[in-house]
Amino acid sequence: MIFRRPTFWLILLLAAVFIYLPVRAGDAALREDLILVAIAIILVSNLNLMIGYTGYVNFGHIVFYGLGGYVGLYLVTARGWRLQWAALAAGVVVSLFALLFGMGILRLRGAYFALATVGILVAVSAFVSNFNPFGRSDGLYLSFDAYQPLGGAMRALWVTYYLIVGVMALSLILSLAIKRSKFGLALFAIREDEDAAVVLGINATMYKAIVYSVSAFLPAVAGALMFYKNAMIDPSIAFEYMLSIEGIVMLMLGGQGTVIGAALGATLYERLRSYLLTSPKLSNFHLVIAGAMLLLVVLFASGGLIGWLYKFVPRSREVIE
Amino acid sequence: MTQLLEVNGVSKRFGGLLAVSNVSFAIREREILGLIGPNGAGKTTLFNIVNGVYKPDTGKIAFAGDDITGAAPNKVVKLGLARTHQIVKPLNNMSVLENVTVGACFGRESLGLHAACEVADEVLKRVGLAERAKSPARSLTLAGKKRLEVARALAAKPKLLLLDEVLAGLTPTEVAQMIDLIFTIKESGVSVFMIEHVMQAIMKLSDRIVVLNFGQKLAEGSPIEVAGDPQVIEAYLGDEQIAEKLMEKN
Repeated sequence: MIFRRPTFWLILLLAAVFIYLPVRAGDAALREDLILVAIAIILVSNLNLMIGYTGYVNFGHIVFYGLGGYVGLYLVTARGWRLQWAALAAGVVVSLFALLFGMGILRLRGAYFALATVGILVAVSAFVSNFNPFGRSDGLYLSFDAYQPLGGAMRALWVTYYLIVGVMALSLILSLAIKRSKFGLALFAIREDEDAAVVLGINATMYKAIVYSVSAFLPAVAGALMFYKNAMIDPSIAFEYMLSIEGIVMLMLGGQGTVIGAALGATLYERLRSYLLTSPKLSNFHLVIAGAMLLLVVLFASGGLIGWLYKFVPRSREVIE
Repeated sequence: MTQLLEVNGVSKRFGGLLAVSNVSFAIREREILGLIGPNGAGKTTLFNIVNGVYKPDTGKIAFAGDDITGAAPNKVVKLGLARTHQIVKPLNNMSVLENVTVGACFGRESLGLHAACEVADEVLKRVGLAERAKSPARSLTLAGKKRLEVARALAAKPKLLLLDEVLAGLTPTEVAQMIDLIFTIKESGVSVFMIEHVMQAIMKLSDRIVVLNFGQKLAEGSPIEVAGDPQVIEAYLGDEQIAEKLMEKN
């Protein structure tokens, strides 16, 4: 059972810390910092299902987040839906979208698949920029009234924060549950050798399409929550290309294929990025750091920080998954 | 005895090369059928057609009463037809136990994770890899990897096992151990279809042998019949006395 796994309790502890710290201090600035970390963890741990578990590099993972934001905000503004239903609907719609595309592009392998994911990112971003219901390149804006059901803007910010932390915990628990399931075993087999996996009885095309779709769900929900909190969305912030690349850096840094590695890499990188972005001299320098970091990890520690830990403390594998 | 696998007039063309040409044969239940022939004769291609990696251009394949012509490998396993690879394909960064568990999970019985683990444990004991269960598959020797191939296929609980050169590259002791293992597999009621270049082994193991040359079936019969066939001697064995020599050693 998953409850017996130390990693499960580690995830709950992490979520508790995320809730406790800003609430105790009543500190909105800290909350805003942590919300970025939580979003990074959500994106990276779901990206890990594709890259780390299945061995398929998705350069367009941010599409799920951005589209989720659009669907959510559209349902709230144009259709008057409540936030929770809009966010859930965003997850479902984007997952179905991913399933549809996944069945098409997951016949491709390796570099060709990676290229196709770049294509999807560019195409979706271009489509949304020209799509009237989504406000074309102006995007969508939320009026203050939309926060009323949650008890006003101030409370709404806190509520969305709790929800995002919840989605973060769910993302990590999902990663752990998949890792310890038959489904996960199939994904790992596909990662190791897809031809061998098929000969062993695994319907690789189906499993890949399913995991692609699953990896879209929680990022889309998070996108809906986050852009609701920000009260606006436009194509350039919804589909920030760089964030897609940085997600890969975070995953490699922490340790691809591990649950905790995804969280660790996302946290460290996001904190470093915030520091560099706010420091006046080093603004935008973070991309240089990101590039260097990716090179170093790929060249010298392909297992990332967690892989490095496993190497020196083999028994840690049992505790930190 | 009833026919387990029936292959009827199967052909496969790659561009200008007719790799397998109008080949027909059958495998009975509880039988070991050997497949021999010179390099490039189309043996592995024939395996790939039987287990669905390639779709034949012409011909039909029936397995245990079902038409499996062109069925995907992952479906064929579920019906009870498992195979090993000539060039071993271990899931390198997974443990030996996990490798075999994959076989049990997605094989004929589609077991749950827990049950599959138990089956994998048993199979590993049977093939003599139990002590390496926790090691990563990449750390095995070639002989170990060949055993792992057999173990994964066995974990799928097949009715028919396709073995593609499981003896190649092994030391004489390892060959002897593998031959014993193949006999126990047969005794457990599983039919075997095997490609092999180690002549003494294939003569000893096979109930019948099919010989391929340039994609065509050259001969079929008992080991003695095949080894005495002038066409087979000319195309493959190269020595008129080989039949007697091989039989003496048995």
